[in-house]
Amino acid sequence: MGSRSSHAAVIPDGDSIRRETGFSQASLLRLHHRFRALDRNKKGYLSRMDLQQIGALAVNPLGDRIIESFFPDGSQRVDFPGFVRVLAHFRPVEDEDTETQDPKKPEPLNSRRNKLHCEFVRTCTNAFQLYDLDRDGKISRHEMLQVLRLMVGVQVTEEQLENIADRTVQEADEDGDGAVSFVEFTKSLEKMDVEQKMSIRILK
Amino acid sequence: MEGAELAGKILSTWLTLVLGFILLPSVFGVSLGISEIYMKILVKTLEWATIRIEKGTPKESILKNSASVGIIQRDESPMEKGLSGLRGRDFELSDVFYFSKKGLEAIVEDEVTQRFSSEELVSWNLLTRTNVNFQYISLRLTMVWVLGVIVRYCVLLPLRVTLAFIGISLLVIGTTLVGQLPDSRQYRPQKGGICVANHTSPIDVLILTTDGCYAMVGQVHGGLMGIIQRAMVKACPHVWFERSEMKDRHLVTKRLKEHIADKKKLPILIFPEGTCINNTSVMMFKKGSFEIGGTIHPVAIKYNPQFGDAFWNSSKYNMVSYLLRMMTSWAIVCDVWYMPPMTREEGEDAVQFANRVKSAIAIQGGLTELPWDGGLKRAKVKDIFKEEQQKNYSKMIVGNGSLS
Repeated sequence: MGSRSSHAAVIPDGDSIRRETGFSQASLLRLHHRFRALDRNKKGYLSRMDLQQIGALAVNPLGDRIIESFFPDGSQRVDFPGFVRVLAHFRPVEDEDTETQDPKKPEPLNSRRNKLHCEFVRTCTNAFQLYDLDRDGKISRHEMLQVLRLMVGVQVTEEQLENIADRTVQEADEDGDGAVSFVEFTKSLEKMDVEQKMSIRILK
Repeated sequence: MEGAELAGKILSTWLTLVLGFILLPSVFGVSLGISEIYMKILVKTLEWATIRIEKGTPKESILKNSASVGIIQRDESPMEKGLSGLRGRDFELSDVFYFSKKGLEAIVEDEVTQRFSSEELVSWNLLTRTNVNFQYISLRLTMVWVLGVIVRYCVLLPLRVTLAFIGISLLVIGTTLVGQLPDSRQYRPQKGGICVANHTSPIDVLILTTDGCYAMVGQVHGGLMGIIQRAMVKACPHVWFERSEMKDRHLVTKRLKEHIADKKKLPILIFPEGTCINNTSVMMFKKGSFEIGGTIHPVAIKYNPQFGDAFWNSSKYNMVSYLLRMMTSWAIVCDVWYMPPMTREEGEDAVQFANRVKSAIAIQGGLTELPWDGGLKRAKVKDIFKEEQQKNYSKMIVGNGSLS
């Protein structure tokens, strides 16, 4: 009787997760609540199917790839710490982080000090992995085509798509190997406000 | 012996009180005003409690109205703006960011899944079950809470259980229902019509039947619900289906058409959402009910969550534990609006008609309107929505032929 509310004591390793990801207590509670809501069969972890049940995600053209990013290295389940770790990449940088910076502790996953470089790199890595399926460190023309195809569905002809892919690879490719390496990728994104585009702010 | 006598005396006094104060007046349609007084006291107590809570907690943790704002800050701009471009701009490597972010946002919070859990309250109503973020504030508040528990479990609960026993045997289940029906009564459904309403719990049925008789349409249940269903059929004709029969749409439509064609039969009551939603939004209306023809009488039902949460989360609670929760709430308070009848217009197909009725109900009840299928609780979404997004994006990068 009565609903079980998430209390801090219930989240296993709550403290260490908080330190590692930098989420506030309230945000962590909300995420835990969400994790349990998604975990329909109360297994204690999420499978691909649980994420696929989310309507708004299933209609997202890149939905499947986003789901993949939760399951690194071929694992079939993601537990709560893993879930939060992926989301931590999207936590907007806040002023508190600079003040509570303890030089002895490891860098929080989105520290402002490294904003220009590390954060940028990490965000780009996330995006890069959406393209680079075979994880060889390069986006080939073929991989570029695949992502494009996902985003446009059947609305665009093969020829038009190939044109776009060719042009994009050409523009970004500096060493002329016909593929976009990670360095080339980050270079082409330098002008973007990557931080703002990839931040999700959780209201308390 | 003495103990048994005492118990006997208490029981008979109790029953007389119940009979005298509650049953007889309601049979004759007279109101003694007890409910009104109770509600006044309750509202005053809850207001006091809210003030104490607000004084007690630090400023930052005051919950905003979570129903409308949601837990993450959303950028609701359309795809064009989100991709930071004008129309006809070319594909950029960074375009994935937009979809990626939208996808992650959906994982953290989506419109549909949150509708199948109970609505969060802005301020606590002294029931443990709605306690999400509230902590210990003061001794006085705790004492009021304890008093509340005693009142609810030792006074309200036995009262309601007694009424329930009496009620079930008279084919009516008793709880403390305070229905406020504004003056739209002239639109009550007539014989031969179809009544559609948004669905939150089986109590919707009770509320509507206190004001008129309907023929029900629904799935055959087992257990307590099954007993009630079979009993109701003996009194007047209803249309109960087996799950397997529901799949045969023509059969269903045929039976319903026959029912409304017979002018002697009562108006049909249908809940086109097909499942219970948590009363903050109205989901897709299944077109089946709107294909039958006939006049549709829409009804909007909105519960006030401050006094008790009426939503039946059937995957979480079975019928009996749901009833227990209902009986130990403060009260069930709801507003019912009967709306002017609607019929299908020329050139309008069933889906458009269904959407029109859905909008009307949503506006009247102050609920959000969602295009999603309530069955998403259990099943996956159609590809057609994904295609829409893909179409939008394609228009942007290919649209006016600006390819080199």
